[in-house]
Amino acid sequence: MARRVRPSRSGAALVIAMGLLAAACGAPGSNSPQPEASTASSLSAAPACGTAPITLNAYFETGFPVAKALTTEFTKQHPNVTWNIREDQFAVITQNAPRVLADNPPDLMRLPQVSELVKDNLLKNMDGYAKAFGWDKWPASQLEQLRMGPGGRPRGEGSLYAMGINFSMTGVFYNKKLAEKIGLSSPPATLAGLDDALAKAKDAGITPIVQFNGGATGGLAFPLQNLMASYGPAGPINDWIFQKPGATIDTPSNLQAAQHLERWIKAGYFQKDVNAVDYATMMSRFIDGQGLFMFDGDWESGNLDKQMPGEAGFFLMPPAQAGGKRAAMSAPLTFGVSARAKNADCAAFFLDWVATDRQAREIGVDIGGSHPMGPADGHMPEIAADKVTASTLAAGADIAKDNGSMDFIANATGAIYAKSWTPQLQKMVAGQQTPQELLKQVQADYTRQVEGN
Amino acid sequence: MARPIPGRSPRGRAAEAAARSTRGWAGWLFVLPALAFYVVFVLRPIALTAQYSLYEWDGIGPSTWVGLANYGRVFTDPELFDSLVNAVKLIVFFSAIPVVLGLAIAATIRRIAASRLALVARTVIFLPQVIPLVAAGIAWSWLLSSTGVVNQFLTLLGLGRVTRAWLGDFATALPAVGMIGAWVLLGLCTLLLLAGMSKIDVALYEAARLDGAGAWREFVSITVPSLRQEIAVCVTVTVIAALASFDIIYISTQGGPGNATMVPGLQIYYLAFSERQIGMASALAMVLMLLVIACALPIQWFTKDGNR
Repeated sequence: MARRVRPSRSGAALVIAMGLLAAACGAPGSNSPQPEASTASSLSAAPACGTAPITLNAYFETGFPVAKALTTEFTKQHPNVTWNIREDQFAVITQNAPRVLADNPPDLMRLPQVSELVKDNLLKNMDGYAKAFGWDKWPASQLEQLRMGPGGRPRGEGSLYAMGINFSMTGVFYNKKLAEKIGLSSPPATLAGLDDALAKAKDAGITPIVQFNGGATGGLAFPLQNLMASYGPAGPINDWIFQKPGATIDTPSNLQAAQHLERWIKAGYFQKDVNAVDYATMMSRFIDGQGLFMFDGDWESGNLDKQMPGEAGFFLMPPAQAGGKRAAMSAPLTFGVSARAKNADCAAFFLDWVATDRQAREIGVDIGGSHPMGPADGHMPEIAADKVTASTLAAGADIAKDNGSMDFIANATGAIYAKSWTPQLQKMVAGQQTPQELLKQVQADYTRQVEGN
Repeated sequence: MARPIPGRSPRGRAAEAAARSTRGWAGWLFVLPALAFYVVFVLRPIALTAQYSLYEWDGIGPSTWVGLANYGRVFTDPELFDSLVNAVKLIVFFSAIPVVLGLAIAATIRRIAASRLALVARTVIFLPQVIPLVAAGIAWSWLLSSTGVVNQFLTLLGLGRVTRAWLGDFATALPAVGMIGAWVLLGLCTLLLLAGMSKIDVALYEAARLDGAGAWREFVSITVPSLRQEIAVCVTVTVIAALASFDIIYISTQGGPGNATMVPGLQIYYLAFSERQIGMASALAMVLMLLVIACALPIQWFTKDGNR
């Protein structure tokens, strides 16, 4: 018989005991960050970057060149400031945000959904800066989404915990050539007008809407929320996103919206394979002229102006009744400062510079494609009228007038998009979910997630 | 290992014991570096995961002791339980198809072993093993898209009616993902089985042929029984690949459409990094680990029996 080497039982026990010893003994999270002693401390003078050499640690999103372009211009104007920039995909930032903010605090960071970060005391309270720089005198809606009550709930009011570099606007892009083919000369003024255009496109053999809804990103949430805003006011939708007590997504007007979306699905207005289409595929199909409409945001304006110059148009989702108020998903490109950042003052000065400096605002529009943050009378660069960027910027003014800015229903909690909206919308496309049940299910998931927090 | 011999003097026995213990300690010293890595990178994470699974914790803030409640939810929450069921379904694709098909292909290649065709076939079939799983996932999601090669081919055959976005359809997404896995693992199984076949004594086949056995009889009575160990290795590796699958699914469907391809590996990732429920994620991870062990151990016992 072959000789067998057999580790003794005591040896195995020893190894396991060592492993257990090596594991932490206390409960996890016992050394979690504590809240700042004095939140919202008032500053005697406006903070600045000084004149001594200083290096800011920044963590940005790959694929959005505007942040890096702004830092380059900033260093040109303030040569003592240099940057140490790390970049990642947004999905990676979302997963890393809490640990990075706690262990390796950046001075400036692109942020995902912020309420959970505030709850864990990871973000700097910016009230002091807001006062010193006069951010509190800007149109209040710009910063509303970045304000949070104690513990991160509810959002929309309370202390300021983040800032935007610009704010985006969403609506409906359309292909001008295809619109001409179906005799659509001006953007529809009512939802019925839009329905009519969709039907005409379908009859003409044109795909009415190219949208993404595959993988973990249910892009039908874009048309759904737009329909919600057509049928009802934006306020209650925001309350839900901001986790205000008692808010629900399962309302009669939202049900009408979900039923309307189901009618579009059943009428074949989306591509047949929409459940397998990801964001990049949607973009390439729209640019390729494979569809009339696309629900998306102005972060693509610059891209569309470059890829299909003069051929892309943009309009806000029309209201259900003629002359009704319009609303749109509009959110700041969120950046924040870690509660443990070394150069928080300089980072705040940079954020103020982004919103107020003439050059910075031009970079924000030219490269970012979206409206800069800042005072209502801030400098705006000239944009040629035939560019889609001009239409998206103009739409921003309309939304401000109708007070119709909403955050995205996908941002209500950290997991509501991937784990609730996306699978439910995919099921509705496949005919496995009704509008009533969809809203009920999302509300149930929401309640569980909010209470779990 | 030395054994005490009856009738030896007590003094000799003591000396031997002393020598054995020195030898034992020296042995531990040699093992120490590897053991340290094993403890730090394998045992400690397992112990920590077991600890976390008893808490409700968001990964940063204070945690709450919840006992076995997280485990209760793994088996009662249909979403979590369904992901375990999907993993078990994937065994058919990741394990059954590569092993059965691998046996057939290996037997065929063995018959033509001398020809150049055998070399080409071996290379082509093993190639998927060399390609990173992420690349395989991307390539297959193109092939299986609504305008992809698979659908073009079907249309060419006049089967235009069955074309669809294979990864976006509730009925076909899981089998489609399973086929990607089968494609990847087929090469590994074929190569392992082929190596095993080369060890079989040729005399056995000659004897069988003299007794008038045909190719099928040879395959059933000689090849398959002789390959028992290799088959067990194939089954073990592929079953673990099915239960612990992550990369192919993360790249091709991300669990969609509507959780149709959600598996525990992906669910753990979502729970930990998007829902920030470290406790739940850890509990599911522990259950997955036990499930893998529960599937792999019987297969090991089965081979040991064959060894005797």
